[in-house]
Amino acid sequence: MPLDNPSANTRKYKLVGTRPDRQDGFDKVTGRAKFGADAVAPGQLAGSILRSPHAHARIRSIDTSKAEKLAGVKAVVTRADFPDKTAGDSGLFDILTNIMARDKALYEGHAVAAVAAVSPAVAKQALKLIKVDYEVLPHVTDVDEAMKPTAPVLHPKLFTEGLAEKPKKPSNIARRYEFGHGDVEAGFAKADIIVERSFKTEATHQGYIEPHACLANVSPDGSGELWVCTQGHFMVRDYCARLLGLEISKLRVTASEIGGGFGGKTTVFLEPVALALSRKANRPVKLVMSRDEVFKCTGPTSSASIDVKIGVTKDGLITAADATLRYQGGAFPGSPAEFGAMSAFAQYHLDNVRTIAYDVVTNRPKQAAYRAPGAPMANFAVESMIEELAHKLGMAPIDFRIKNAAREGTRSSYGPVYGPIGLLATLEEARKHPHFKAPLGPNQGRGMAAGFWFNFGGQSCVSLNIPVDGTVTISVGSPDIGGSRASMCLMTAEELGIPYEHVRAIIADTSSLGYNDVTDGSRTTFATGMACILAARDAIKKLCQRAARMWGIPEEAVTWEKGYAKPAGANAGNFPPLSLKEIAAASGGTGGPIAGHHEYSADGAGVSFATHICDVEVDPETGATRIVRYTVLQDAGKAVHPSYVEGQFQGGAVQGIGWALNEEYVYGKDGRLQNAGFLDYRIPVCSDLPMIDTKILEIPNPGHPYGVRGVGETSIVPPLAAVANAVSNAVGVRMTELPISPPRLLKALDTVSLAKAS
Amino acid sequence: MSGIHVTTKINGDEVQFVCEADESLLDVLRNRLGLTGAKEGCGTGDCGACSVTVDGRLTCSCLVLGAEVDGHDIGTIEGMAMGDELHPLQKKFIEHAALQCGICTPGFLVAAKALLDHNPEPTETEIRFGLAGNLCRCTGYDKIVRAVQAAAEEMNSAKKIQQKVA
Ligand code: FES
Ligand code: FES
Repeated sequence: MPLDNPSANTRKYKLVGTRPDRQDGFDKVTGRAKFGADAVAPGQLAGSILRSPHAHARIRSIDTSKAEKLAGVKAVVTRADFPDKTAGDSGLFDILTNIMARDKALYEGHAVAAVAAVSPAVAKQALKLIKVDYEVLPHVTDVDEAMKPTAPVLHPKLFTEGLAEKPKKPSNIARRYEFGHGDVEAGFAKADIIVERSFKTEATHQGYIEPHACLANVSPDGSGELWVCTQGHFMVRDYCARLLGLEISKLRVTASEIGGGFGGKTTVFLEPVALALSRKANRPVKLVMSRDEVFKCTGPTSSASIDVKIGVTKDGLITAADATLRYQGGAFPGSPAEFGAMSAFAQYHLDNVRTIAYDVVTNRPKQAAYRAPGAPMANFAVESMIEELAHKLGMAPIDFRIKNAAREGTRSSYGPVYGPIGLLATLEEARKHPHFKAPLGPNQGRGMAAGFWFNFGGQSCVSLNIPVDGTVTISVGSPDIGGSRASMCLMTAEELGIPYEHVRAIIADTSSLGYNDVTDGSRTTFATGMACILAARDAIKKLCQRAARMWGIPEEAVTWEKGYAKPAGANAGNFPPLSLKEIAAASGGTGGPIAGHHEYSADGAGVSFATHICDVEVDPETGATRIVRYTVLQDAGKAVHPSYVEGQFQGGAVQGIGWALNEEYVYGKDGRLQNAGFLDYRIPVCSDLPMIDTKILEIPNPGHPYGVRGVGETSIVPPLAAVANAVSNAVGVRMTELPISPPRLLKALDTVSLAKAS
Repeated sequence: MSGIHVTTKINGDEVQFVCEADESLLDVLRNRLGLTGAKEGCGTGDCGACSVTVDGRLTCSCLVLGAEVDGHDIGTIEGMAMGDELHPLQKKFIEHAALQCGICTPGFLVAAKALLDHNPEPTETEIRFGLAGNLCRCTGYDKIVRAVQAAAEEMNSAKKIQQKVA
């Protein structure tokens, strides 16, 4: 049976590209939607976690006897309840060590013990009765400090990987990476101008408004259920089962509605602890983090220290680019230094390029992915230098970028050769955009930046069921963080040729569907969306079989068109088309229920590029910076639901603005976080911002039947540099450290005025 | 500890509950009354996810004690729609894609309604400052502001038509 699959370039869509209401909207505007902390189980206990007050300390002993005796306490767990079942998997062992400290507390907030009790008040009281004997050790929280040979070493068994020779001594440098091609030294020799600078960015938190929460229920027979807000319930199931020695199929995990993740909910924190408590107490246990815990114990992103050197000819051609990136990822290896190094120069066509990166551990919480992990900091450093070089050359920054932009056929700085990409399109569109012509007032400056993200595919599994009334349910395994159910329904309805309203998407639990990777890497609309399309095609095949049976003709003689089965040609016979609804209604007599499936590991995600333009106004008295105008131009491949694509552009841009101007982890000399709350860790609020203008470009991704590319992450890559360039242009001094908070900006202004005065 | 008996009105209905002296109104709503529409994003008055009205005034329910609302009128997100008819703000939030994850949405809706109740024709700046106590990490606020503008417009034109008819 032939499927209609005209190339994504020319296909006319009926539904894809429209903006219908999301189907979970009603529940979400009435307060009915159930998020992580909204579930209740009969007889549930309240859990609470005791956390280390020290940044680095050996745990000599833990005495829980008094807590256990307190009336109302039903279970206490410590490291003794989490025997090592990781069988040499060092990544999993790190997760085990992170969810419950073993011999040492490695950061302030590291979990040391947990209690389940009849009420939160009793649980809290019990925590106070647990005696932990700490031997406080010297600590380090700064990435450059942590790399020094004199720094306190976190892990005595950590020897730098990726070096030609294994080092003789352990250190805080977990790994060295190198990427590039050509001959950088030869490239610099050809340059007329070379600039070199160092940059620093502070750690920021994903800042999802919903704190982590879960409700665990383990039976004495070893089967368990878990309700949890996560970006990937299959990931949660597999980690928990492996950490606790449960059978994977006996643990059923249901994803709640999720109140934001941005990469931060792609691992486990509370979940294994809640399960262990529940197993011990033989009662359901609910664990919910406070905001303070979210800041102190869940993944912020890395802080970074980066050196960049770029050489250009007089007429503006880059001859060589070189960068060294140092990222600390908290107490365990795994900072996104590698992604930083891969993405730093990805937007340029370079003959000679090299990036070296170091993954460094410090006494901070284990970093978690944050939207395009590793890329924004690298982009900040590189795009700041590009701006500076353009000024030195006397070229408009946009022309300099266009001249050196990566295009189809460019060998990327991280290896692969690009297929069709949208970078030039976003730059050309930016040049034409009215934003560039808007007049700037006093103390105002304009900046721009171009950014890149890889996008991922990965494993997805989708089931599609067609009940007798001809409506359709799709069961997907990717939690819906930002309206993805609407996109899934649009693509399914498009493929089947039925109205959007007839398709409903649910997020199936781990026992109802095959494995699905975490909702991350901007993969859901691409990979799970494609699985929906392919499941629909599978269903169409079956619908055609049923039609053939109803008509008494061979299957091959039936074709599917716009929601109807039709005889393929005159020879097939003369039958009036059968609608999906009619075939569904007859299904009981033609072979039973009709369903479509697809399971695969998707490739071909298609890289994505964006250009951002930003105008700021700086107050020289206070050092405060206000965003006056902001424009995002990004390639979406094909925007399935343009409103939610714009939403991703806007949300990412604003997170980047926060990172550039305000957000940072502030540590005291004692290694303790000093701003673990939304009052002192200030994310952008409504009154800080103007409207965020967006322009969706559609350069189809050949790896997807509709040309879709992931859109969620790229939008946080350029804003750091776009904002910093705007501020630098407004005040006439290059800002090399983020965030550009008022004190930092005032200091920079003082330096220039002092320099001018002398 | 002995509980405190409280009589109050929630979304127009009389409600009685017993709570501890140190229990927040948010905890009472969520844990004792099953009204989980108000969310806890911070518990310290910084995010607005727990927004309710107390006698019509916008309030962070995490900062009020359950015992304090004795004799007062509470409004929560659960009381915003009239039967099966959504409030114009609720409709416009869906139409304008003003929610992504939706965790901030109940708080924004309660805050936006309180804003429009007091100022039916707010400027963009007034909307932005009126909602500055509510954090949204997903949307960048653009579509939230537009949804509130659209709802205000619809409510005002409906009012004008009513006035004309009257
Ligand atoms: S929970 Fe009340 S303001 Fe954040
Ligand atoms: S929609 Fe996610 S926090 Fe606002």
